Amino acid sequence: MSPKRKIRILIAKPGLDGHDRGARVIARGFRDAGFEVIYTGLHQTPEQIVATAIQEDVDVIGLSALSGAHDYLFPRITELLREEGADDITVIGGGIIPEEDIPELNKAGVKAIFTPGTRIEEAVAWVKGHVKLRG
Amino acid sequence: MGLAERILKGDVRAAARLMRDIDDDLPDAWHELKKLYPKTGRAYIIGVTGLPGSGKSTLVDKIVEIFRKEGKTIGIVAVDPTSPFTGGAILGDRIRMQRHSTDDGVFIRSLATRGYLGGISRSTHDIINVMDAMGKDIIIVETVGVGQDEVEIVNTAHTSIVVTVPGLGDEVQIIKAGLLEIADIFVINKSEREGAEKLEQELRVMIEMAPPRQDGWTPPIFKTEAVLGKGVFELIYGVSRHRNSLIESKKLDGKNKLRTKKHFLKLLQTRLLESVLGRMEEGETLDKMLQQLVDRKGNPYGLVEKIMREHLKSHLRSDHGGKGKTHS
Repeated sequence: MSPKRKIRILIAKPGLDGHDRGARVIARGFRDAGFEVIYTGLHQTPEQIVATAIQEDVDVIGLSALSGAHDYLFPRITELLREEGADDITVIGGGIIPEEDIPELNKAGVKAIFTPGTRIEEAVAWVKGHVKLRG
Repeated sequence: MGLAERILKGDVRAAARLMRDIDDDLPDAWHELKKLYPKTGRAYIIGVTGLPGSGKSTLVDKIVEIFRKEGKTIGIVAVDPTSPFTGGAILGDRIRMQRHSTDDGVFIRSLATRGYLGGISRSTHDIINVMDAMGKDIIIVETVGVGQDEVEIVNTAHTSIVVTVPGLGDEVQIIKAGLLEIADIFVINKSEREGAEKLEQELRVMIEMAPPRQDGWTPPIFKTEAVLGKGVFELIYGVSRHRNSLIESKKLDGKNKLRTKKHFLKLLQTRLLESVLGRMEEGETLDKMLQQLVDRKGNPYGLVEKIMREHLKSHLRSDHGGKGKTHS
């Protein structure tokens, strides 16, 4: 029997901003790379995102934020993952995020930040290179 | 502690992981499923199927809301299609159900079809078993938006709900969809739209004209506006009426036997094929055989017979030689 591990990724939009065009483009890009993308829509709380990631057993959570609240929301999510013992799930982020915020986010456990202008192929390659499929 | 033990102790992560292993077809998953099976068979399974865009996810969301008020725990399996070109999938059914995601009494799992036909995934039945072992009272399976022949849900659920909407055209569309035969309950969703009355009449005529069902059940029709939650109470009442009818007419056992049979035969079929293919890889490769067939140096009928003979013989040998692996 040949195991057919497939990368599963949750694309989630925490916070209040109402634009998910970028998130949807990313979701399609990941699908076209052969990933299974769980998409949950707008206005997700950190608790919803973490519960979803666990129920769906994803390898990666991709967060998108355009509102400027990333410096609270992203670390809150990594914190909740640690509390749940689920910090083996890789967290990455994208959206309008100033350069100077990135080191703090990295320190909080967000493994990569993709800012506007990132080509989808780059994000796909990063995920393929960094995610160890379990089992 | 293995996954099965952890699941039985209420570990949600372990359950989610086992579902992944099942979906990815890992050999270890079988080992865990063996241990869970004695704890299954308690949940009531509801299938929700229908055309794409008919509002299945929204309806499921509202059904869950009412069941939760009654204190029932819920598992949801939501299936979406895999792209045949890339093997990827966007699983978006959760969008309509996310308010339940932090409710401990609800476990939602999105699945991709991964090339499996029938409106569900190959793994669906086994994943239902995991949720059943988790102790969920009710498990709802939302199929992909079905077209014509994706009706495997009928062998998976106790009660199958077929969701349709007004304005798709005449009744021929529904007959073509092949959904009439599998519905225990019809839902006309978005019933505020023009044509709902006409659709209801047409459905009623079709139900009346259909040959009487063996179980003596006549599928009722419910009109809903899922977005507003209208008509969902009545629908749930309809589900419990169907369930009671199955119990009173002693048909529930038969239904369970049929579900078990379909599941069992599918597992057997998959394993036999894997086993045969595995042996073929050792000796003559599949590719070589195919070339022979293409060149008309052999025929598929004789070849299948030959493979079956050799396969059975080699199995007997390995059993007597004591080399066969023991599976318990």
